[in-house]
Amino acid sequence: MDFRIDFGQWVTDALTWMQTNLTWFFDLLRTIFLGLYDAVNWVFSTPPTLAVIVVAAILALFARGWKFGLGTALGLLFIVGVDQWDNAMNSLSLVIVAAFLAVVVSIPLGIWAARNDVVSAIVKPVMDFLQTMPALVYLIPAIALFRIGVAPGIFATVLFALAPGVRLTELGIRNVDKEVVEAGQAFGAAPGRILRQIQLPLAMPSIMAGVNQIIMLSLSMVVIAGFVGAGGLGGEVTRALSSLDKPLGFEAGMAVVVLAIILDRFTGAFGQKRGLHLIKRLRERMGASANEAPAAPAASEPQTADARG
Amino acid sequence: MNDSTIALKAEGLFKVFGRNAEDAVKKLRAGTPRDQLGGATAAVIDASFEVQRGEIFVVMGLSGSGKSTLIRMLNGLHDATAGSVTVGEDVITHIPAKQLRAIRRKRISMVFQHFALLPHKTVLDNVAYGLEIQGMPKDQREAKAREVTEIVGLAGWEDKLPSQLSGGMQQRVGLARALAADTDVLLMDEAFSALDPLIRREMQEQLLDLQATLGKTIIFITHDLNEAMFLGDRIAVMRDGRIVQVGTPEDILTNPANDYVEQFVQDVDRTRVLTAESVMRKPRAVIHPTVGPHGALKMMRDEQMSAMYVAKRDRTLIGWVTDRDALAAVRAGERDLTRIVREDHGAVSKDTALADLFIPAIEAALPLGVMDDAGRLVGVVPRVTLLAALGGEPAAAQQAAPRPDPLPAAVVDRALEAAVHTGAIDAKEVR
Repeated sequence: MDFRIDFGQWVTDALTWMQTNLTWFFDLLRTIFLGLYDAVNWVFSTPPTLAVIVVAAILALFARGWKFGLGTALGLLFIVGVDQWDNAMNSLSLVIVAAFLAVVVSIPLGIWAARNDVVSAIVKPVMDFLQTMPALVYLIPAIALFRIGVAPGIFATVLFALAPGVRLTELGIRNVDKEVVEAGQAFGAAPGRILRQIQLPLAMPSIMAGVNQIIMLSLSMVVIAGFVGAGGLGGEVTRALSSLDKPLGFEAGMAVVVLAIILDRFTGAFGQKRGLHLIKRLRERMGASANEAPAAPAASEPQTADARG
Repeated sequence: MNDSTIALKAEGLFKVFGRNAEDAVKKLRAGTPRDQLGGATAAVIDASFEVQRGEIFVVMGLSGSGKSTLIRMLNGLHDATAGSVTVGEDVITHIPAKQLRAIRRKRISMVFQHFALLPHKTVLDNVAYGLEIQGMPKDQREAKAREVTEIVGLAGWEDKLPSQLSGGMQQRVGLARALAADTDVLLMDEAFSALDPLIRREMQEQLLDLQATLGKTIIFITHDLNEAMFLGDRIAVMRDGRIVQVGTPEDILTNPANDYVEQFVQDVDRTRVLTAESVMRKPRAVIHPTVGPHGALKMMRDEQMSAMYVAKRDRTLIGWVTDRDALAAVRAGERDLTRIVREDHGAVSKDTALADLFIPAIEAALPLGVMDDAGRLVGVVPRVTLLAALGGEPAAAQQAAPRPDPLPAAVVDRALEAAVHTGAIDAKEVR
């Protein structure tokens, strides 16, 4: 009996074909990935470390309150203390670029799947595949198509992090109260308008949970991307593993944990009412400042009355 | 009947879910029962009706009777499997989506059972939603929305979010949103079913008020027969996807088309459906103000009444007199009846529900008077009639007449004769 499915060979053939025929495409992607990465990394690495920490702490303060602000400051100072700041910023840049790309791909895909049962039926198993395939396996084709460096790291991270974004977007939109969607239809709104004015706003908590998951998965993948020379904290962890360097391993590992917690709380804040509330408050404040001129005389009136009394 | 008086017309509507829907329609038309269609589910079967302009047309049925599917076919939220819907002059079945949206914007709006408000928008923005879709400029639609918000009694709540409102208030927003769109036809899908009984009654009354002033055509879906009877000018009763009877509330109550409807209406509160007009009997006699106290007294003696209504020749009700007042007036030689006419006659309008007759009937000394819109006395409702109507037999009370303690005839005779002696009246008038 000689039963052997040459699945591996098929995949290899497909990859080889892509390598030879789609070189221009992957080179383009590589250029885009690297460009984005360099841009984001410049933002985090150029200013003085302390300035970055202060800005992050202030943002944290606004997003969730003083506890989170303080925690953010202490966590980032810890990263500086274990001498992983540059690596952490590199990893953060990679996460942000990968998560951004994953969001850009997954939300429209999720919307499409929510509105079309055929698309949904195709997307679902693909997402199962992407999510359950061991993460390290993505690195093999990534290297083949993008060579060593940050680009294959971003590519593998995007593939791995895609699934929850698509799933939670689809779920969120499909779970929007049917009657409210019907109300939009009954008043004659076009499908695009219903999507913008009803489905997306009401699905926002679910979509933001998806974005949160994308970021968390990206972060976990970033470490694995260290294996393909993406550098950053992942690179340190890989190095520590190969030389059994306990201090380095744990210091880099803790830096990942700190980044993870900060990112999770930030995105969580925007998924919850608090975050939306914050946005609304900011908007109101901007609206109020625009209306300040007419409001001012009204406010001063009681004072003059007091003075007279 | 002139076509322009018809706001909406449904002809042979079918809605079948599942596979082979077209086949199922053919089978249903050929008489196959609903439960023998194989995989297909027939939600609405051969529904035809016409809704008049300015009418409240109620579709009544239990859950699963197809009424929600039916109403959604009237604005194209569900495609009809067969048959047609016409709104005004426009057929809306089987037309392109864009055209259908235009008709929904202009011609037909909807109020939903669970309000279906946009939770992230303010009350005002919700009310203005239909206008926004119609493409009205912002300041214009906000002004209009403010107006309608006030009409439904929500002034001062414009900037709140729906979640800050009670259920009844949320549904007012839903109603205001539909009214603001200013469409000819208003669809209401179990609009008050999710509300508390007290709030529901209040909303029903408000809807009738609004209907009276705005004159919208309303198609109202409910599973509550009392609600149907209270609101409906006409009612369509649905069962298992079919319309089994269309008629006025009184038709349906007194003349049920089949056992199902009869069983259904058994529990209806008759006192809310039947009106004074439907139980009143002819007033036996009325006194004209020109006859004078002696004429009045004589008439009451002949009719064995202790009091009678006074009305002009065209039956316009003026008031009532008692035999004792008339007697006193005759003894005092009074010749003008109007001085002893009491004006607190307490008569009710002929459209008053039976339930609202009890208290006036108790308070009135006479059988309760019933007036038409012009204030003419068209009938009376004696208390016994009221009781008999409650028992479901208005006819039984027609013979029974109250005899509320008239003066003894001898006393009256003596007084009238005395008046003849004093020359106040002719002897002829007494006999």
